[in-house]
Amino acid sequence: MFYREAGDFKTSYREDSQTFPIKFDRLRYYAVLAVAFGVIPLFINDYWANAVFVPFLIYSIAAIGLNILVGFAGQVSLGTGGFMAVGAYAVYKLMTAFPEVSIFFHVLIAGGITAAVGVLFGLPSLRIKGFYLAVATLAAQFFLVWLFNKVPWFYNYSASGQINAPDRTIFGVFVTGAQTSATAKYMFCLVMLTIVAVIARNLTRGTVGRKWMAIRDMDIAAEIIGVNPLSTKITAFAVSSFFIGIAGALFFAVYLGAAEVGEAFGIQKSFLILFMVIIGGLGSIFGSFAGAAFLVLLPVLLKNVLVGTLGWPTDLAAHIELMIVGGLIVIFLIAEPHGLAQLWRVAKEKLRLWPFPH
Amino acid sequence: MNDMSDGYITADGRQIGGVLMELKNITLKFGGVTAISDISFDIRQGEIRAIIGPNGAGKSSMLNVISGFYIPTEGEVWFKGYKRGPMRPYEIAGLGIARTFQNIALFDGMSVLDNIMTGRLTLMKSGLLSQAMWWGGASKEEDAHREKVEKIIDFLEIQPIRKTPVGRLPYGLKKRVELARALAAEPKILLLDEPMAGMNVEEKEDMCRFILDVNDEFGTTTVLIEHDMGVVMDLSDRVVVMDYGRKIGDGPPDEVRNNQDVIDAYLGVAHD
Repeated sequence: MFYREAGDFKTSYREDSQTFPIKFDRLRYYAVLAVAFGVIPLFINDYWANAVFVPFLIYSIAAIGLNILVGFAGQVSLGTGGFMAVGAYAVYKLMTAFPEVSIFFHVLIAGGITAAVGVLFGLPSLRIKGFYLAVATLAAQFFLVWLFNKVPWFYNYSASGQINAPDRTIFGVFVTGAQTSATAKYMFCLVMLTIVAVIARNLTRGTVGRKWMAIRDMDIAAEIIGVNPLSTKITAFAVSSFFIGIAGALFFAVYLGAAEVGEAFGIQKSFLILFMVIIGGLGSIFGSFAGAAFLVLLPVLLKNVLVGTLGWPTDLAAHIELMIVGGLIVIFLIAEPHGLAQLWRVAKEKLRLWPFPH
Repeated sequence: MNDMSDGYITADGRQIGGVLMELKNITLKFGGVTAISDISFDIRQGEIRAIIGPNGAGKSSMLNVISGFYIPTEGEVWFKGYKRGPMRPYEIAGLGIARTFQNIALFDGMSVLDNIMTGRLTLMKSGLLSQAMWWGGASKEEDAHREKVEKIIDFLEIQPIRKTPVGRLPYGLKKRVELARALAAEPKILLLDEPMAGMNVEEKEDMCRFILDVNDEFGTTTVLIEHDMGVVMDLSDRVVVMDYGRKIGDGPPDEVRNNQDVIDAYLGVAHD
């Protein structure tokens, strides 16, 4: 009823090309921001932070990063786990080497270092495409995990081979380490996610995004139009890895606190984030959120239903849960190959005409 | 530029300028196959130049040489008074050469508007950081270019499909969007590779009108390849006729129509 454009006239190109052209969408977006920043921090506790919100926020960052590479620029990557590991180890080295610098900058610099590594492993993309590129990035995944296991300098020669996040504060509030409150973890990740999402949206709506999509849709035509394939692909790898590096840094420093590279950033992580992107919707920022929410929330929900409500034994529930999630992914991809974002778009199209569809 | 005469006046009274591009003794070989052998002609400012010929005559290869996508085995291309060296494909657009393709090469996942905006990529300068912030420069630039693109959208009468993904459009409209994308680059030379292929009569008429209007309105120099003889004879100011990689005729449509070699090779020999 109130979800329509009628009477909402656009008088400038800026208004016409804004992110949420429909007024209701715009209001809903502000409402979501207000709830996320103003309401949730008041009520959040350790369980909700650790089981739901913090992983959702961090995976959203990683999914946005991967979506830029796979969904917008069309370069398939299976190295996400490895790039997250780069972010994690970079932030660890920075935190231990420069304790006086704010963790906020450490996380950003860790993203920058990951971007450089991403560019390095993205160079083959000029020559190889599709599955072959996927295999090349898979090599990055295994190489990076091996590197962080084998070279003790990366984990500061600790006996266990693990890395542990030291206590760090922002504005006097602990954001890493054992004393961190749920609210602080949540807020730190939320701020990072907001920055990443806004940057991602701005990049994809403008020239850079068009270059990425042109390369994705038809690389030869893109080249004739004047898109330099090397610089465009490299930019995609850099921006994507920057975000993934930030996600890795947060995943280690804020969420896990202590990490072992093979376990935390193995190939499963690469697949998990790729699934998020595919289920959420390739080439959609909203899809990255939706995919991350789906794969983070669904297991938690199932666990609560199976163990909490139905009273099944925990181990049985854990196995069934994997099967259900897997099954749902398959069903989803058959029903809507373009992901949750497409479902959302279709629903919005219908809503615009509802309740008078003719 | 040895031939910098003042041009000529066309049959319909338009003034054609000096030589914009000159191709001198172009030969193009792929291994043992000679696609083009020793062809020379020029393209003048503001004219509509057609290249015709039977299948396999080397028309598309010629267009690729003009666009710089193929580097000729022998011969020189002079553009705007300078000899053009070898280039990378993505540098061509920066010179002011835009083209459409025989098989449409649009970006299916993007909207019509975004597709046409890609045509202006070489003209947009704002950096990565400015775009990431979307303050000042990038945003202003976007609006300025959007205005130019909207003019082209108006001109080609595709306003209603502005936000439609290109993949959903019918063939005729796709061809028009592709023309719009090429025009958006504000090219010095517009290359059209069979702009009327696969169209019905009405779509052909529309496309002819647009090509003439574009030439009239923006003074765009146009080079086109076309099979439909009626279209070619009506549209073009001068015609190059190719057969088996050689040039067998060059001149205004009427002259070419009466050239015996052309009649033999292309329009058919009278068997008696």
